[in-house]
Amino acid sequence: MTDASQTAGPMLAADGTPLKQSLARSLRRQKLRALFLIAPLLIFVLVSFIVPIGSMLFRSVENSIVRDTLPLTVDALQSWDEKSGELPDENVYEAFVRDMIVAIENKEHTRLGSRLNYEETGMSSLFRRSGRQIKKLDPETDGPFKEKLIDIHDGWGDVKTWQVIKTHSVPITNGYFLNAVDMRRTPDGPRMQPEDKRILVKLFGRTLFMSLVITGACILLAYPVSYLLATQPTRVSNMLMILVLLPFWTSLLVRTSAWKVMLQQQGVINDTLVWLGLVADDARLIIINNQIGTIIAMTHILLPFMILPMYSVMQTIPPSYTRAAKSMGATNWTTFWRIYFPQSIPGIGAGSILVFILAIGYYITPEIVGGTKGVFISNRIAYHISSSLNWGLAAALGTILLAVVLILYWVYDKIVGIDNVKLG
Amino acid sequence: MTDTTNEGAFVEFQRVQKSYDGETLVVKDLNLAMPKGEFLTMLGPSGSGKTTCLMMLAGFETATHGEILLGGKPINNIPPHKRGIGMVFQNYALFPHMTVAENLSFPLEVRKIGRSEREAKVQRALDMVQMGAFGNRRPAQLSGGQQQRIALARALVFEPELVLMDEPLGALDKQLREHMQFEITRLAHDLGITTVYVTHDQTEALTMSDRVAVFDDGRIQQLAPPDQLYEEPENSFVAQFIGENNTMEGVVKSIDGDTCIVTLDDGSEIDAVPINVHQPGERTKVSIRPERVEFNKDRLSPDAHTLKAVVREFIYMGDVFRFRMSVAGNDEFIVKTRNAPDAVRLQPGQEIEIGWLAKDCRALDA
Repeated sequence: MTDASQTAGPMLAADGTPLKQSLARSLRRQKLRALFLIAPLLIFVLVSFIVPIGSMLFRSVENSIVRDTLPLTVDALQSWDEKSGELPDENVYEAFVRDMIVAIENKEHTRLGSRLNYEETGMSSLFRRSGRQIKKLDPETDGPFKEKLIDIHDGWGDVKTWQVIKTHSVPITNGYFLNAVDMRRTPDGPRMQPEDKRILVKLFGRTLFMSLVITGACILLAYPVSYLLATQPTRVSNMLMILVLLPFWTSLLVRTSAWKVMLQQQGVINDTLVWLGLVADDARLIIINNQIGTIIAMTHILLPFMILPMYSVMQTIPPSYTRAAKSMGATNWTTFWRIYFPQSIPGIGAGSILVFILAIGYYITPEIVGGTKGVFISNRIAYHISSSLNWGLAAALGTILLAVVLILYWVYDKIVGIDNVKLG
Repeated sequence: MTDTTNEGAFVEFQRVQKSYDGETLVVKDLNLAMPKGEFLTMLGPSGSGKTTCLMMLAGFETATHGEILLGGKPINNIPPHKRGIGMVFQNYALFPHMTVAENLSFPLEVRKIGRSEREAKVQRALDMVQMGAFGNRRPAQLSGGQQQRIALARALVFEPELVLMDEPLGALDKQLREHMQFEITRLAHDLGITTVYVTHDQTEALTMSDRVAVFDDGRIQQLAPPDQLYEEPENSFVAQFIGENNTMEGVVKSIDGDTCIVTLDDGSEIDAVPINVHQPGERTKVSIRPERVEFNKDRLSPDAHTLKAVVREFIYMGDVFRFRMSVAGNDEFIVKTRNAPDAVRLQPGQEIEIGWLAKDCRALDA
């Protein structure tokens, strides 16, 4: 070995290569090994989770259907001023007929109709009904088409129809996001939805509010239980822990259905109250198919997620702290409030984040016990995915939900500090 | 051990028993009286009941039977926070979410002491343990020794008359531990506080205490000042537990006042002081400290019994020499001599005769 280490410049290894380089080489094998070990999981997550989620998120802005189905029409509409209040020129109609003939051949015109129907009701039937007759037209000989189309369906004589087509002809749209917050694209820019169609912001608000109530209820119920679990001798606390975990071993659907039995007007709780004479038979409590039902059932179902992190944090608080406080003259209450409680806050934080995030995206329980007043935004997303097939809107709602969770997480980190969260 | 009520005792245990499960007694018939200002150490192996006693005194455990008196008043029914006893815990129990000053201020706040007086007392307590500049730190930012000082200051800041310490130095390294031993005794004596100190470290117990209570099996085996405990153990447990000790088993041959002759199991005879033996024929364990064994015949009385010994090992320890010998069938017999200018270095294999003054050898229970 030369006296390489004494010369200026980068440190050299025994064979004269820079030390960093040879260190990297020696570590490369380890890194490859590690990568190899996680590769199956990585691929699985990529294929089954990240790609679908990514494509779902992309759907919330993706809007190439108008341009793809009606390319000539979209070009022709460029020169039309949608704010003039006049119908477009003949060349737009001609282009539209040419586009439609191709689209009808490929059976794509009804899809476009449904897409535009999200924005303006009646578009779906307009496209479906006009299809057969437009197909009979010959673009080379049958012009001019303006009159003929208006004859086929007077929808084609409505300025609004053409406004909708032009407004939504952009390949990347903010339309779904506007819809998700009760707004819509118009020729004059974003405007609020009509009064009777504004439901989603209210639903977001309700989801947040109810999730907060559920989290609060979970904190109040879980704290004493966790304290008991953490302070009892192991034999007793193991027994209690089994009781806490018991619900986990029962199907979620079964538990929720059980709440349905419990909470109905002719259900166990009401019957008991009436039997005890606390509630009159004709004034039975309405505690299902509304917000109360959802809150009761979800608090029960999410309770273990609050107890477990609280318990694991409380377990790490040595009993000598409370003893020390008492030996210094603090009463039981002062000891709890000044010494024990501050140290249990990380557990409350961890449990609250967990419960809140689970609650905000909960679906099955509100669906079953929530009726119409107790449903969450996730039920609306499910509706758009499986019933109305407006996937773009569903994706936009989902994206907003994800963003809300991330923002809340960030705020929590700023205020409490995520380092203070302990799961054990 | 005392059995009667002591007038003027500050802390007193009267026939105290404690059981956790209703089947076995952890503390059996404990009697103890402490005058004001005493530094008393409870020493014993783990599970001997010493910590339980401390916890009963602090009020975190209740006595199953018997009375505990503080300043002449029974305290069995007084909750811990009204006893006014300062306490230092094994792991310090400094509140991690408070600064050092807040930790010290806590016992004063719960006593509703005004802010300015509080701050003055906190500062005085911090200065007392040479931690005056650390008030704004968090406990986690301090070293073990510093945390120890803060825990001590916190137990003393509200000026309790009695302070309990539960193995407070257990987590420190040896050098720091020795330093803190000195600091704690100095503070306790300067402030005139009565201290009950629990430890399983006998060096700590011997160097710090006015009196030491040796616990075993739920009882106090001996309660005595350190020198008496070391030199005059009352039973073989104490003799074994405190310091190094050579034990040989045998039968009492004859007793003559305060000396007796014991026939060891290999037939040789030695002189001893009868402590727990009362008549010839009883089995006994004799105990002799390694540094009291003499192999210079000139220093022994002419009629003293001697034993044949073969040196097995010589260990040089700097200030002392340590020899392992075979004596009366015991291969682990230890002899220590000071490394004085005229000290003899015995070589392994050498055969010598050893003896001792009868008063240094104690015939204890078998």
